[in-house]
Formats: sequence, structure tokens, C-alpha cells
Amino acid sequence: MRNIIAFPLLGLAVILQSAIVSQFSLLAGYADLVLVILAAWALQDGVTTAFHWAFLASIMVGFSSHLPWFIYMAGYFSVVFLALLLQRRIWQAPLLAMFSVTFLGTLVMHLLSYAYLRVAGDPLPFRDTMGLITLPSLLLNLLLSIPLYSFMRDIAHWVFPPMEEV
Amino acid sequence: MKDLFSRTLQTTIIFLIIGGILALSFGGFFSSVTNRFTGGFVFTQEWFATRYQAIQEFLAAPRDIASLRNRNTELQKQVSDLQAQVINLQQRVNETEILAALVDFSRTNPENTYKAASVIGRDPSPFLHYIIINRGSNDGILRGMPVVTSEGLVGRVDAVIADAARVQLITDPASSVNVHLKNANTDAMLIGSVTGDISLDLISQDATVQSGDLILTSGLGGGFPPDLIIGQVVNVHKRAAELFQQSTVQPAVDFGRLQIVLVIINFRAVDIAPLVPTTTP
Repeated sequence: MRNIIAFPLLGLAVILQSAIVSQFSLLAGYADLVLVILAAWALQDGVTTAFHWAFLASIMVGFSSHLPWFIYMAGYFSVVFLALLLQRRIWQAPLLAMFSVTFLGTLVMHLLSYAYLRVAGDPLPFRDTMGLITLPSLLLNLLLSIPLYSFMRDIAHWVFPPMEEV
Repeated sequence: MKDLFSRTLQTTIIFLIIGGILALSFGGFFSSVTNRFTGGFVFTQEWFATRYQAIQEFLAAPRDIASLRNRNTELQKQVSDLQAQVINLQQRVNETEILAALVDFSRTNPENTYKAASVIGRDPSPFLHYIIINRGSNDGILRGMPVVTSEGLVGRVDAVIADAARVQLITDPASSVNVHLKNANTDAMLIGSVTGDISLDLISQDATVQSGDLILTSGLGGGFPPDLIIGQVVNVHKRAAELFQQSTVQPAVDFGRLQIVLVIINFRAVDIAPLVPTTTP
């Protein structure tokens, strides 16, 4: 039942992304708050609703963006999939897993966005896109991933309390 | 009787002696003696007074510190309240200045009808240069309407919901605007880029374009009304081997600081797509 926190939390994240985070750009890139939240959520122990959150987030972000929702859905599902994959492999180093998922997830998200816009006819030079958008966004996402991982761990403990608390 | 006389005489003599001593002391004849006496007296009084003040301060100090702390907290709260007021007023002054500039702009361009809107967000994707404004179809905003500020052209409405709209900036990589270079008297196409810079393409090789030339919308294509200011030419790239000249552009609008914009609501964009010839197999 506590999973309904996804609605206000992701809604707030989309609003913050649009109103504030996108104003703090490094070169032409900026952080993806929703992507990092999803990565941090999917990496928490006991979380079983990561794909539901990704679905909800992609609908919300797709509503405010010119990019279609299915691109966000593909990107965010990839992030969750990567998180679940890496969680089993490097479960003893959660921050390393967080960095890895953020890094790979950002790359996948940007490659999907780039591919869609190229197919749609937008003239995007690959080198400029990588150098001016993707690399700065990667750096900002990695910086954002440390505090957000701690925050989402607290949220996960609240939504899925450990057994002794139950 | 004799006793009374002797007592009166005694009292008179005592008074005279005391009066004489006082007169002599006021006259300064006993200064060394009085100095020594008063010096000792002052020293003793000072000793007691300083000790008393020290004890008084020791006993009263905690109460004073507490009251000072309370006062300090009150003053700090007042300072923070006043700082918040100053920030609020500065913001209002900025908004008023922007609105005054927009009112001036609308007065100087009475042929258009404007609807002011605040910028409330940007596109979540860094690949796209779109803004979100707080006016939508409830305010008469329609897709394709041009968006301007007092400085010049901002973009056009891309999508509309009831209370908000998404505007494609002219800096977006997918944006293209037909423009007219006033000094060179030639047409060109303005295109955006991933970095947010704008440039001119399709400038005729015959045209003489110079740095500082004013760029206006041409109105061709029906996407924008004519004669909206866009910016100035910065550099011209002319190569004999190429079909057209290109140039970089300094936009008139600061796209990083967009706060309030005007939507031209009496302009209907013309969709010329059906008129564009298509190749039939």
C-alpha cells in the first residue's frame, strides 16, 4: 500500500526536473533526476515494484517532454533491468552498483533519444551530442546518484520495512 | 547661669574651630592632609565598588546572556524576514521591468494581440530546446502561435493543454525559420543546434552580408509573422565551392533567462505541407 508514494514522489521529481534541474546545465547537458531515482530505487533490497515505477515515470515525463513516452519507457525499463542485473552481481558494493547503473542507464537513455531524433530528421552531429550533452549529463547524474541513493534507501525501508520491524 | 555661659562659649569655640578648619581646608591650607585622607577614602571606596560590581556582574550575567541570546534570535529572525522581503521585492521589480518592456513592445506593435505567459519549466530532455508556459487552450493559445519577448522572437507553440503549452525555441535543433537580412536585402534560413546556438544557412552567394546585419522574420512559409527581430549576424562563412553562405548569429533574446513571454494570439500559422509537391512512384 505504501507503494503509492510513487505517485507524489515521481510527480515531484518530474516537476523538479522540468522547473529546476534543467536550469543547471553543464555545457549543453543536465542531470536526469527521474532516471537516477529509478536506478536508486531498483537497487534497494526487497523492492519488487521497480518496473511499475519505471512505467509511471515514463508516462509522467513523456507528458511534459517533446520526446514520446515510449522512448522514456524503453530507457527507464533498461535502467531498471540493468539495476536488477547488477544488484545480483555486485550486491556487496551498492554504491558501485549505483554508479554503474547510472552510467550505463544514462548512456542507454541518450542513445535511444539520439536514435529517435535522428530518425525523426533532427540534424544532431554525433560527436557534438556526445561531447556537449551526454558526457556532462553523465557527470551530473553520477554526482546526483550519491545523495539520491541514500534518500531512496530510506524510502525503501519505509515502504518495505525489514522483517524485524514487522 | 555660669554653666550656661561656659557651655555656650564652649560651643561657640568648637564651631569657630570647625569653621576655621573648614575655611582653611577650602582655602587649600590642608591640601596635603586632605589629599592623603581622600586618597585613602577613594581607594577604599573604589576597592569595594569594583568588588561589588564584579559580584553583581557575576550574579546578573547569566540572565543578561539569556536575554541577549533571545534578543539576538529575534533580530536574526527579523533580518531573515527582511532579507526574504528584499528578495521578494527584487523579484517583483524584475517582473515589473520585464512586464513594462513587454507593454512597450505591444504598444509599438499594435497590429498583434498578445497574451503574456510565465515560463514554468523546460523540456526534461537535454536534446531538446523547449519551454513550458502557464497559458493553454483556456487562454486561447493554439498550436503554431508565435512566441516573442520585447527583445525578439522566442519560438512557436508546439503543444497545448488546458492550462499550459510547450514552446519550441528557435534554438532547438529541429527548428527552422525563414528570415530576411535587412541590410543585405536577402532571405535565408535560421536553424538551431544542440548547443543552443543559432546560425544562418541558405544565404545566396550573391548577397553581401556583413557582421552586424539585422535579422528579421521574413514571413515566408506562413510559420511566423514578418519583421520580428531575431538577432544580428556575427560571422559570415563564404566559400566559393559551396552553393550558399552561412553565418553565425547573435540572438536578440537571452534564452537562458526567459521568465515572461508574449504569445501572439491573433496569428494563425499556415500549414503549407499539402502544397509541397511529393514525388509519386
